[in-house]
Amino acid sequence: MQHIFNIDESRHAIERMAPVDYLGSSYYERWLDRNIRLLVEKGVITREELERRMAQLAGGTDPATPHSDPKLTARMLRVTKDRTPYRQPGPPPCFALGDRVLTRHDAPVGHTRLPRYARGKPGVIVRVHGTFIFPDTNAHGQGEQPHALYSVRFDAALLWGDSAEPRAPVHIDLWERYLLPDAPARSTS
Amino acid sequence: MSGGHDEHGHHHREPESVLSLRVRALESLLVEKKLVSSEAVDRIVSAYEQDIGPHNGAKVVARAWVDPAYRARLLADGTAAIEELGFGGVDLQVVENTPGVHNMVVCTLCSCYPHALIGLPPVWYKSFEYRSRAVREPRVVLREFGVDLPESTEIRIWDSSAELRYLVLPERPAGTERLNEADLAKLVTRDAMIGVAVVKPPAGASH
Repeated sequence: MQHIFNIDESRHAIERMAPVDYLGSSYYERWLDRNIRLLVEKGVITREELERRMAQLAGGTDPATPHSDPKLTARMLRVTKDRTPYRQPGPPPCFALGDRVLTRHDAPVGHTRLPRYARGKPGVIVRVHGTFIFPDTNAHGQGEQPHALYSVRFDAALLWGDSAEPRAPVHIDLWERYLLPDAPARSTS
Repeated sequence: MSGGHDEHGHHHREPESVLSLRVRALESLLVEKKLVSSEAVDRIVSAYEQDIGPHNGAKVVARAWVDPAYRARLLADGTAAIEELGFGGVDLQVVENTPGVHNMVVCTLCSCYPHALIGLPPVWYKSFEYRSRAVREPRVVLREFGVDLPESTEIRIWDSSAELRYLVLPERPAGTERLNEADLAKLVTRDAMIGVAVVKPPAGASH
Protein backbone atom coordinates (compact mmCIF):
# COMPACT_ATOMS: atom_id res chain seq x y z
CA MET A 1 0.00 0.00 0.00
CA GLN A 2 2.79 2.37 0.93
CA HIS A 3 5.04 0.73 -1.70
CA ILE A 4 7.53 -0.41 0.92
CA PHE A 5 7.63 -3.94 -0.50
CA ASN A 6 5.96 -5.69 -3.44
CA ILE A 7 3.99 -8.93 -3.57
CA ASP A 8 6.94 -10.99 -4.83
CA GLU A 9 9.32 -9.73 -2.14
CA SER A 10 6.54 -10.55 0.25
CA ARG A 11 6.19 -14.17 -0.94
CA HIS A 12 9.95 -14.58 -0.93
CA ALA A 13 10.10 -13.27 2.65
CA ILE A 14 7.82 -16.11 3.73
CA GLU A 15 9.98 -18.58 1.80
CA ARG A 16 12.97 -17.33 3.79
CA MET A 17 11.48 -18.34 7.13
CA ALA A 18 13.42 -21.10 8.89
CA PRO A 19 11.72 -24.32 7.70
CA VAL A 20 10.86 -25.43 11.22
CA ASP A 21 9.23 -22.05 11.99
CA TYR A 22 7.40 -22.11 8.66
CA LEU A 23 5.96 -25.56 9.30
CA GLY A 24 5.03 -24.69 12.87
CA SER A 25 3.25 -21.43 12.01
CA SER A 26 -0.31 -20.76 10.98
CA TYR A 27 -1.06 -18.87 7.78
CA TYR A 28 -1.43 -15.49 9.46
CA GLU A 29 1.56 -16.10 11.74
CA ARG A 30 3.58 -16.41 8.52
CA TRP A 31 2.12 -13.11 7.32
CA LEU A 32 3.14 -11.46 10.57
CA ASP A 33 6.66 -12.89 10.35
CA ARG A 34 6.85 -11.66 6.74
CA ASN A 35 5.66 -8.15 7.60
CA ILE A 36 8.10 -7.76 10.46
CA ARG A 37 10.98 -9.26 8.48
CA LEU A 38 10.49 -6.92 5.51
CA LEU A 39 9.80 -3.79 7.57
CA VAL A 40 13.03 -4.44 9.49
CA GLU A 41 15.02 -5.14 6.31
CA LYS A 42 13.64 -2.00 4.64
CA GLY A 43 14.59 0.08 7.68
CA VAL A 44 11.02 1.05 8.60
CA ILE A 45 11.14 -0.46 12.09
CA THR A 46 13.76 -2.21 14.23
CA ARG A 47 13.33 -5.41 16.22
CA GLU A 48 14.32 -3.54 19.39
CA GLU A 49 11.63 -0.95 18.76
CA LEU A 50 9.07 -3.73 18.36
CA GLU A 51 10.16 -5.43 21.61
CA ARG A 52 9.93 -2.12 23.48
CA ARG A 53 6.47 -1.44 22.08
CA MET A 54 5.31 -4.93 23.11
CA ALA A 55 6.49 -4.24 26.66
CA GLN A 56 4.70 -0.88 26.70
CA LEU A 57 1.46 -2.41 25.45
CA ALA A 58 1.74 -5.25 28.00
CA GLY A 59 2.04 -2.54 30.63
CA GLY A 60 -1.25 -1.09 29.46
CA THR A 61 -0.17 2.00 27.51
CA ASP A 62 -0.11 2.62 23.77
CA PRO A 63 2.11 5.62 23.05
CA ALA A 64 0.91 5.92 19.44
CA THR A 65 -1.41 8.84 18.76
CA PRO A 66 -4.31 7.80 16.55
CA HIS A 67 -4.69 9.82 13.38
CA SER A 68 -7.09 9.87 10.51
CA ASP A 69 -5.94 9.37 6.92
CA PRO A 70 -9.00 9.27 4.65
CA LYS A 71 -6.84 9.14 1.52
CA LEU A 72 -5.07 6.02 2.75
CA THR A 73 -8.38 4.41 3.72
CA ALA A 74 -9.81 5.16 0.30
CA ARG A 75 -6.69 3.80 -1.42
CA MET A 76 -6.80 0.58 0.58
CA LEU A 77 -10.48 0.04 -0.17
CA ARG A 78 -9.90 0.72 -3.86
CA VAL A 79 -7.52 -2.25 -3.98
CA THR A 80 -10.53 -4.50 -3.37
CA LYS A 81 -12.28 -3.02 -6.44
CA ASP A 82 -9.70 -1.82 -8.95
CA ARG A 83 -7.89 -3.79 -11.62
CA THR A 84 -4.71 -5.40 -10.32
CA PRO A 85 -1.36 -3.81 -11.34
CA TYR A 86 0.42 -7.01 -12.37
CA ARG A 87 -0.55 -7.04 -16.04
CA GLN A 88 1.94 -4.69 -17.73
CA PRO A 89 2.99 -4.12 -21.35
CA GLY A 90 5.77 -6.42 -22.53
CA PRO A 91 7.23 -8.10 -25.61
CA PRO A 92 4.89 -10.26 -27.72
CA PRO A 93 4.63 -13.95 -26.76
CA CYS A 94 6.90 -16.48 -28.52
CA PHE A 95 4.53 -19.41 -28.02
CA ALA A 96 0.98 -19.92 -29.28
CA LEU A 97 -2.00 -22.03 -28.35
CA GLY A 98 -1.21 -25.73 -28.84
CA ASP A 99 2.57 -25.33 -28.77
CA ARG A 100 4.50 -28.05 -26.99
CA VAL A 101 6.93 -26.76 -24.39
CA LEU A 102 9.40 -28.13 -21.89
CA THR A 103 9.82 -26.46 -18.51
CA ARG A 104 13.33 -25.57 -17.48
CA HIS A 105 15.03 -27.81 -14.96
CA ASP A 106 16.57 -25.07 -12.85
CA ALA A 107 16.99 -24.90 -9.10
CA PRO A 108 17.04 -21.13 -8.55
CA VAL A 109 18.37 -19.82 -5.24
CA GLY A 110 15.77 -17.06 -5.02
CA HIS A 111 12.05 -16.73 -5.64
CA THR A 112 10.34 -18.49 -8.51
CA ARG A 113 6.77 -19.44 -9.44
CA LEU A 114 7.72 -22.58 -11.34
CA PRO A 115 6.75 -25.33 -8.89
CA ARG A 116 9.38 -27.98 -8.27
CA TYR A 117 6.99 -30.80 -9.29
CA ALA A 118 6.74 -29.30 -12.78
CA ARG A 119 10.42 -28.70 -13.61
CA GLY A 120 11.87 -30.41 -16.64
CA LYS A 121 8.39 -31.55 -17.72
CA PRO A 122 6.71 -31.44 -21.14
CA GLY A 123 3.40 -29.61 -21.47
CA VAL A 124 1.11 -27.87 -23.92
CA ILE A 125 0.11 -24.20 -24.07
CA VAL A 126 -3.65 -24.00 -23.52
CA ARG A 127 -3.99 -20.25 -23.03
CA VAL A 128 -1.92 -17.14 -23.69
CA HIS A 129 -2.74 -14.77 -20.83
CA GLY A 130 -0.84 -11.64 -21.90
CA THR A 131 2.22 -10.07 -20.28
CA PHE A 132 2.69 -9.97 -16.51
CA ILE A 133 5.34 -8.72 -14.08
CA PHE A 134 7.98 -11.43 -13.61
CA PRO A 135 8.16 -12.54 -9.94
CA ASP A 136 11.67 -13.99 -10.22
CA THR A 137 13.17 -10.54 -10.86
CA ASN A 138 10.58 -8.42 -9.05
CA ALA A 139 11.26 -10.29 -5.80
CA HIS A 140 14.91 -9.33 -5.90
CA GLY A 141 15.00 -5.67 -6.87
CA GLN A 142 15.80 -6.56 -10.49
CA GLY A 143 12.79 -4.86 -12.00
CA GLU A 144 9.35 -5.91 -13.15
CA GLN A 145 10.45 -7.28 -16.55
CA PRO A 146 6.90 -8.07 -17.70
CA HIS A 147 6.63 -10.80 -20.33
CA ALA A 148 4.30 -13.49 -21.60
CA LEU A 149 2.38 -15.69 -19.18
CA TYR A 150 0.75 -18.92 -20.34
CA SER A 151 -1.48 -21.60 -18.96
CA VAL A 152 0.39 -24.85 -19.54
CA ARG A 153 -1.31 -28.23 -19.38
CA PHE A 154 0.61 -31.26 -18.05
CA ASP A 155 -0.53 -34.86 -18.28
CA ALA A 156 -0.75 -36.36 -14.82
CA ALA A 157 1.30 -39.42 -15.85
CA LEU A 158 4.21 -37.19 -16.90
CA LEU A 159 4.19 -35.51 -13.48
CA TRP A 160 3.47 -38.42 -11.17
CA GLY A 161 4.39 -41.55 -13.12
CA ASP A 162 2.54 -44.81 -12.58
CA SER A 163 0.66 -43.58 -9.52
CA ALA A 164 -1.04 -40.79 -11.48
CA GLU A 165 -4.83 -40.75 -11.56
CA PRO A 166 -6.40 -41.12 -15.02
CA ARG A 167 -7.74 -38.02 -16.81
CA ALA A 168 -6.46 -35.53 -14.23
CA PRO A 169 -4.27 -33.01 -16.08
CA VAL A 170 -2.70 -30.18 -14.09
CA HIS A 171 -2.64 -26.63 -15.48
CA ILE A 172 -0.04 -24.16 -14.25
CA ASP A 173 0.38 -20.47 -15.12
CA LEU A 174 3.98 -20.12 -16.26
CA TRP A 175 6.10 -17.30 -17.60
CA GLU A 176 7.86 -17.66 -20.92
CA ARG A 177 11.31 -17.65 -19.30
CA TYR A 178 10.42 -20.92 -17.58
CA LEU A 179 9.74 -22.56 -20.93
CA LEU A 180 11.71 -24.06 -23.81
CA PRO A 181 10.27 -25.18 -27.15
CA ASP A 182 9.70 -28.93 -27.26
CA ALA A 183 9.61 -31.15 -30.33
CA PRO A 184 7.55 -31.97 -32.23
CA ALA A 185 6.81 -28.42 -33.25
CA ARG A 186 3.22 -27.39 -33.66
CA SER A 187 1.88 -27.85 -37.16
CA THR A 188 1.75 -24.48 -38.89
CA SER A 189 -1.02 -25.41 -41.28
CA MET B 1 -2.57 -6.44 10.87
CA SER B 2 -5.57 -8.67 10.45
CA GLY B 3 -5.46 -10.62 13.67
CA GLY B 4 -6.08 -9.17 17.09
CA HIS B 5 -7.25 -5.82 15.90
CA ASP B 6 -10.82 -6.19 17.07
CA GLU B 7 -9.65 -7.39 20.43
CA HIS B 8 -8.70 -4.01 21.82
CA GLY B 9 -10.00 -3.76 25.33
CA HIS B 10 -11.10 -7.39 25.48
CA HIS B 11 -8.09 -8.76 27.27
CA HIS B 12 -9.21 -8.29 30.83
CA ARG B 13 -9.31 -11.98 31.78
CA GLU B 14 -6.79 -14.19 30.02
CA PRO B 15 -3.21 -12.97 29.75
CA GLU B 16 -2.54 -11.71 26.24
CA SER B 17 -0.49 -14.02 24.02
CA VAL B 18 2.90 -12.92 22.73
CA LEU B 19 1.50 -13.24 19.24
CA SER B 20 -1.39 -10.88 19.88
CA LEU B 21 0.93 -8.45 21.60
CA ARG B 22 3.28 -8.53 18.63
CA VAL B 23 0.45 -7.80 16.20
CA ARG B 24 -0.73 -4.86 18.30
CA ALA B 25 2.84 -3.57 18.73
CA LEU B 26 3.39 -3.66 14.97
CA GLU B 27 0.16 -1.78 14.32
CA SER B 28 1.02 0.75 17.03
CA LEU B 29 4.44 1.41 15.46
CA LEU B 30 2.99 1.79 11.97
CA VAL B 31 0.28 4.13 13.25
CA GLU B 32 2.93 6.19 15.04
CA LYS B 33 4.94 6.42 11.82
CA LYS B 34 1.75 7.38 9.97
CA LEU B 35 2.11 4.43 7.60
CA VAL B 36 -1.30 3.06 8.52
CA SER B 37 -4.25 4.39 10.44
CA SER B 38 -6.40 2.25 12.70
CA GLU B 39 -9.38 3.55 10.79
CA ALA B 40 -8.01 2.17 7.51
CA VAL B 41 -7.34 -1.21 9.14
CA ASP B 42 -10.86 -1.30 10.61
CA ARG B 43 -12.43 -0.44 7.28
CA ILE B 44 -10.53 -3.17 5.45
CA VAL B 45 -11.41 -5.73 8.13
CA SER B 46 -15.06 -4.78 7.95
CA ALA B 47 -15.00 -4.90 4.13
CA TYR B 48 -13.79 -8.51 4.33
CA GLU B 49 -16.27 -9.34 7.08
CA GLN B 50 -19.33 -7.82 5.44
CA ASP B 51 -18.99 -6.91 1.77
CA ILE B 52 -16.58 -9.45 0.36
CA GLY B 53 -17.67 -13.09 0.40
CA PRO B 54 -19.03 -16.02 -1.61
CA HIS B 55 -22.29 -14.15 -2.24
CA ASN B 56 -20.35 -12.04 -4.77
CA GLY B 57 -19.10 -15.03 -6.75
CA ALA B 58 -22.56 -16.60 -6.52
CA LYS B 59 -24.04 -13.57 -8.31
CA VAL B 60 -21.53 -14.01 -11.13
CA VAL B 61 -22.35 -17.72 -11.45
CA ALA B 62 -26.11 -17.17 -11.41
CA ARG B 63 -25.84 -14.47 -14.08
CA ALA B 64 -23.81 -16.84 -16.27
CA TRP B 65 -26.49 -19.52 -15.83
CA VAL B 66 -29.36 -17.33 -16.95
CA ASP B 67 -27.58 -15.26 -19.60
CA PRO B 68 -25.65 -17.23 -22.27
CA ALA B 69 -24.08 -14.07 -23.70
CA TYR B 70 -22.78 -13.11 -20.26
CA ARG B 71 -21.49 -16.66 -19.78
CA ALA B 72 -19.53 -16.36 -23.04
CA ARG B 73 -18.04 -13.01 -21.97
CA LEU B 74 -17.18 -14.41 -18.54
CA LEU B 75 -15.27 -17.34 -20.03
CA ALA B 76 -13.50 -15.14 -22.58
CA ASP B 77 -12.48 -12.33 -20.18
CA GLY B 78 -13.42 -12.94 -16.56
CA THR B 79 -11.90 -9.69 -15.34
CA ALA B 80 -14.01 -7.52 -17.64
CA ALA B 81 -17.16 -9.61 -17.10
CA ILE B 82 -17.15 -9.29 -13.31
CA GLU B 83 -16.62 -5.53 -13.66
CA GLU B 84 -20.01 -5.45 -15.39
CA LEU B 85 -21.48 -6.60 -12.05
CA GLY B 86 -19.41 -4.13 -10.04
CA PHE B 87 -16.69 -6.51 -8.87
CA GLY B 88 -12.94 -6.05 -9.23
CA GLY B 89 -9.66 -6.30 -7.37
CA VAL B 90 -8.78 -9.52 -9.14
CA ASP B 91 -7.52 -10.61 -12.56
CA LEU B 92 -9.86 -13.51 -13.15
CA GLN B 93 -9.89 -16.68 -15.20
CA VAL B 94 -13.17 -18.62 -15.11
CA VAL B 95 -13.19 -22.35 -15.89
CA GLU B 96 -16.45 -24.08 -16.70
CA ASN B 97 -17.70 -27.45 -15.52
CA THR B 98 -19.52 -29.47 -18.18
CA PRO B 99 -20.94 -33.02 -18.12
CA GLY B 100 -17.53 -34.56 -18.95
CA VAL B 101 -15.23 -32.02 -17.28
CA HIS B 102 -14.81 -30.99 -13.64
CA ASN B 103 -12.45 -28.18 -12.62
CA MET B 104 -10.70 -27.80 -9.29
CA VAL B 105 -8.51 -24.94 -8.04
CA VAL B 106 -5.43 -25.03 -5.80
CA CYS B 107 -2.34 -22.94 -5.14
CA THR B 108 0.53 -25.32 -4.42
CA LEU B 109 3.09 -22.54 -3.88
CA CYS B 110 1.17 -20.42 -1.37
CA SER B 111 -2.58 -19.93 -1.09
CA CYS B 112 -3.66 -17.73 -4.01
CA TYR B 113 -7.42 -17.38 -3.98
CA PRO B 114 -10.02 -15.08 -5.60
CA HIS B 115 -10.76 -13.14 -2.39
CA ALA B 116 -12.71 -10.41 -4.14
CA LEU B 117 -15.32 -12.93 -5.25
CA ILE B 118 -15.40 -15.58 -2.54
CA GLY B 119 -13.91 -13.90 0.54
CA LEU B 120 -11.19 -15.22 2.80
CA PRO B 121 -9.97 -18.76 2.09
CA PRO B 122 -11.00 -21.64 4.35
CA VAL B 123 -8.26 -23.14 6.53
CA TRP B 124 -8.16 -26.38 4.52
CA TYR B 125 -7.43 -24.46 1.30
CA LYS B 126 -4.25 -23.10 2.93
CA SER B 127 -3.22 -26.45 4.45
CA PHE B 128 -0.12 -28.31 3.26
CA GLU B 129 -2.33 -31.34 2.79
CA TYR B 130 -4.74 -29.79 0.28
CA ARG B 131 -1.95 -27.89 -1.48
CA SER B 132 0.09 -31.03 -2.04
CA ARG B 133 -2.67 -33.59 -2.61
CA ALA B 134 -5.02 -31.66 -4.91
CA VAL B 135 -2.56 -31.89 -7.81
CA ARG B 136 -1.44 -35.41 -7.05
CA GLU B 137 -4.64 -37.31 -6.20
CA PRO B 138 -7.57 -35.04 -7.03
CA ARG B 139 -10.11 -37.87 -7.27
CA VAL B 140 -9.28 -39.08 -3.78
CA VAL B 141 -9.45 -35.52 -2.42
CA LEU B 142 -12.77 -34.88 -4.17
CA ARG B 143 -14.22 -38.09 -2.71
CA GLU B 144 -13.21 -36.88 0.74
CA PHE B 145 -15.24 -33.74 -0.01
CA GLY B 146 -18.15 -35.99 -0.97
CA VAL B 147 -17.79 -35.57 -4.73
CA ASP B 148 -17.58 -38.93 -6.48
CA LEU B 149 -17.12 -38.41 -10.20
CA PRO B 150 -17.18 -41.16 -12.82
CA GLU B 151 -13.81 -42.33 -14.15
CA SER B 152 -14.80 -40.96 -17.54
CA THR B 153 -14.97 -37.37 -16.19
CA GLU B 154 -11.80 -35.40 -16.79
CA ILE B 155 -10.67 -33.52 -13.72
CA ARG B 156 -8.78 -30.37 -14.63
CA ILE B 157 -6.63 -29.02 -11.83
CA TRP B 158 -5.64 -25.35 -11.96
CA ASP B 159 -2.56 -24.53 -9.90
CA SER B 160 -2.82 -20.74 -9.59
CA SER B 161 0.84 -19.83 -9.66
CA ALA B 162 0.57 -16.28 -11.09
CA GLU B 163 -1.36 -13.07 -10.47
CA LEU B 164 -4.46 -14.56 -12.03
CA ARG B 165 -7.15 -16.11 -9.91
CA TYR B 166 -9.37 -19.02 -10.83
CA LEU B 167 -13.09 -19.38 -10.29
CA VAL B 168 -15.01 -22.51 -11.20
CA LEU B 169 -18.32 -22.01 -13.00
CA PRO B 170 -20.27 -24.99 -11.66
CA GLU B 171 -22.97 -26.81 -13.62
CA ARG B 172 -26.47 -25.54 -13.07
CA PRO B 173 -28.34 -28.32 -11.27
CA ALA B 174 -31.29 -30.03 -12.88
CA GLY B 175 -34.73 -29.02 -11.68
CA THR B 176 -33.89 -25.33 -11.36
CA GLU B 177 -35.45 -24.17 -14.64
CA ARG B 178 -38.08 -22.10 -12.85
CA LEU B 179 -35.75 -20.39 -10.39
CA ASN B 180 -34.88 -16.76 -10.95
CA GLU B 181 -31.34 -15.38 -10.85
CA ALA B 182 -31.47 -14.37 -7.18
CA ASP B 183 -32.74 -17.78 -6.07
CA LEU B 184 -30.15 -19.55 -8.22
CA ALA B 185 -27.40 -17.49 -6.56
CA LYS B 186 -28.51 -18.83 -3.17
CA LEU B 187 -27.68 -22.38 -4.31
CA VAL B 188 -24.07 -21.57 -5.22
CA THR B 189 -21.51 -22.36 -2.52
CA ARG B 190 -17.93 -21.26 -1.95
CA ASP B 191 -16.74 -24.85 -2.28
CA ALA B 192 -18.49 -25.24 -5.64
CA MET B 193 -16.61 -22.19 -6.92
CA ILE B 194 -13.29 -23.71 -5.74
CA GLY B 195 -14.31 -26.96 -7.41
CA VAL B 196 -14.50 -29.27 -4.40
CA ALA B 197 -18.31 -29.47 -4.48
CA VAL B 198 -21.10 -29.54 -7.01
CA VAL B 199 -24.15 -27.31 -6.75
CA LYS B 200 -27.10 -29.28 -5.42
CA PRO B 201 -30.66 -28.67 -6.55
CA PRO B 202 -32.96 -27.12 -3.97
CA ALA B 203 -34.86 -29.54 -1.74
CA GLY B 204 -37.98 -30.76 -3.51
CA ALA B 205 -36.75 -30.05 -7.04
CA SER B 206 -37.51 -32.85 -9.46
CA HIS B 207 -34.66 -34.40 -11.43
